[in-house]
Amino acid sequence: MTLHSLAPYVIAGMLLGIVLVKSEVIYWVRIQEMFRFQSFHMYGVLGSAFATAFLSLQLLTRLNARARTGEPVALAPKELGNGSRYWIGGSLFGAGWALCGACPGPLFALMGSGITVYSVTAIAALGGTWTYGYLRPRLPH
Amino acid sequence: MLHWLSRPWPWYVAGPLIGLFVPALLLIGNKPLGTTSSLRAMCAAVASKDVEFFKYDWKRSGAWNIALVCGVAVGGFIAATLLPHDTSALVPATLFSWRALLTLRGATCIVVGGLLAGFGAAYAGGCTSGHGITGLASLQLASLIAVIAIFAGGIVTTWFLLPLIL
Repeated sequence: MTLHSLAPYVIAGMLLGIVLVKSEVIYWVRIQEMFRFQSFHMYGVLGSAFATAFLSLQLLTRLNARARTGEPVALAPKELGNGSRYWIGGSLFGAGWALCGACPGPLFALMGSGITVYSVTAIAALGGTWTYGYLRPRLPH
Repeated sequence: MLHWLSRPWPWYVAGPLIGLFVPALLLIGNKPLGTTSSLRAMCAAVASKDVEFFKYDWKRSGAWNIALVCGVAVGGFIAATLLPHDTSALVPATLFSWRALLTLRGATCIVVGGLLAGFGAAYAGGCTSGHGITGLASLQLASLIAVIAIFAGGIVTTWFLLPLIL
């Protein structure tokens, strides 16, 4: 991919980063409130994001929409396997999310917003990703 | 306008905006909204040798995701400098500061949390955005399982593990 073709993603990311900060969904306290069922905010954000994405996908499918690159828009189906990667990986990720208050996208928004200690979390997350890659042949999927 | 923008945005504004990134990325280049694969691509770019999972053409299939999260960091900077609101109470300095990194509870949240989030997201093949929004919106059973597991892991950690260190 050329730098030129990456520009739209950088711009999309910038807009996303602004929404993530202004809606406070990247902050540990908001994540804690969600897991403690003390606030509706996160559920409102995730629920309405899901609904908007769902309706948009229906619309794109009905309109036979094409990507800027020409091919019809499509999402690759996720292989279910025996489901263990989703059960195990999901619950480990959830545990990490509760501890550090951030998933991969928000990590970058947090660093950008000036909370520099999250660079350590990002390096740890890269270490976690690398460990998964290393152990992958021995893990159930 | 600027005054309104700089206040925290309510869920019914932020949620639909986030949801619109799914059709936007599909229309831009047929990409699924998600951020987990950026970490895989970064690992592949830095240290791919001997690990099958990182031996793929990351420049072709992963560079867009690195571009996206770089943009997210810039967006975070813009929001915090041009449209700031007080968020100091939302990230307790007793847990998330360079000083806290030297304490057991700070290191657990900052380092162990990051390790688990990175490992788990790669294992599950997605996180809150990839499974919780994109995957669920396209009605994938795998993503429904992942979201249930994410909440189970988060709730158990919040209610039973965090009280031990806080």
